[in-house]
Amino acid sequence: MNNGSVGHRRTYLGVYAALIALTVITVLVSFVNLGMMNVVVALLIASAKASLVALFFMHLKGESRLVWGFALVPIFFLLLILFGTLMDTQLR
Amino acid sequence: MSSPGAEPGGPAVAFETAKLGVWTFLATEVLLFGALFTAYAVFRAKYPALFHAEHLKLDRALGLANTIVLITSSLTVVLGVDAIRKGKTRLLRMYYGATILLGAVFLCVKYVEWTAEFRHGVFPGTNIFFSLYFTMTGLHGIHVLLGMGVLAYVVVLAGRGRLSESYTTPAEMSGLYWHFVDLVWIYLLPLLYLIG
Repeated sequence: MNNGSVGHRRTYLGVYAALIALTVITVLVSFVNLGMMNVVVALLIASAKASLVALFFMHLKGESRLVWGFALVPIFFLLLILFGTLMDTQLR
Repeated sequence: MSSPGAEPGGPAVAFETAKLGVWTFLATEVLLFGALFTAYAVFRAKYPALFHAEHLKLDRALGLANTIVLITSSLTVVLGVDAIRKGKTRLLRMYYGATILLGAVFLCVKYVEWTAEFRHGVFPGTNIFFSLYFTMTGLHGIHVLLGMGVLAYVVVLAGRGRLSESYTTPAEMSGLYWHFVDLVWIYLLPLLYLIG
């Protein structure tokens, strides 16, 4: 669990290539009409990209459980706000 | 900034503490943008036809180009952090300088987009989609601008010889913030440009 094990330039370049590829794919897919699946695909690709950035560029991969906790707890609150609000506005 | 060895517990503890501090700050940022993402979800559910018609007015090619610019700037930051971990100060300054330039390119493209929208009579008050568009991209733009300032400060610190392989904290912390700004844009691209 040390930062050195993930700090390789080759890894960074590989992650970068994946991020660019996913970006081009998501823009291309947006021109194809998949109905509601367009939203699902776009958000899945965005989340894959976000995970790559967090794991490798922000070095979460080699971090302690404490840092992981600091990173994940706000996501929980974000989902709470999002779905709590939507439950009100959608079922009103 | 005092000398790194002065903190109680030594430099390793100081580094971990700084890291938890930045992640805590980023938690507040998640909720700041989260409020806007929630507003987006609520109004998109309420006016799906309006969101679809309005999002077609945005230029996907510019959105794609700017995403590539921002992702590239994240790469230069992480390479800068990698450089200072090996004690290469000059390389750090080069990479962070490149990041600041890429941030400026991003803001210039954003400026071109906004002026084109104003020319076409589209303003923040035009409708709820564009209210959200201008608020979200504007708040994000402010974050890019602030990030450029913080990175410039790190370049100055490194120039004064304050950073080394045994004291990388300012470079690593500003890097975390810059990656977060990139993260927000990764979600803004599909929500605003692609699926409206």
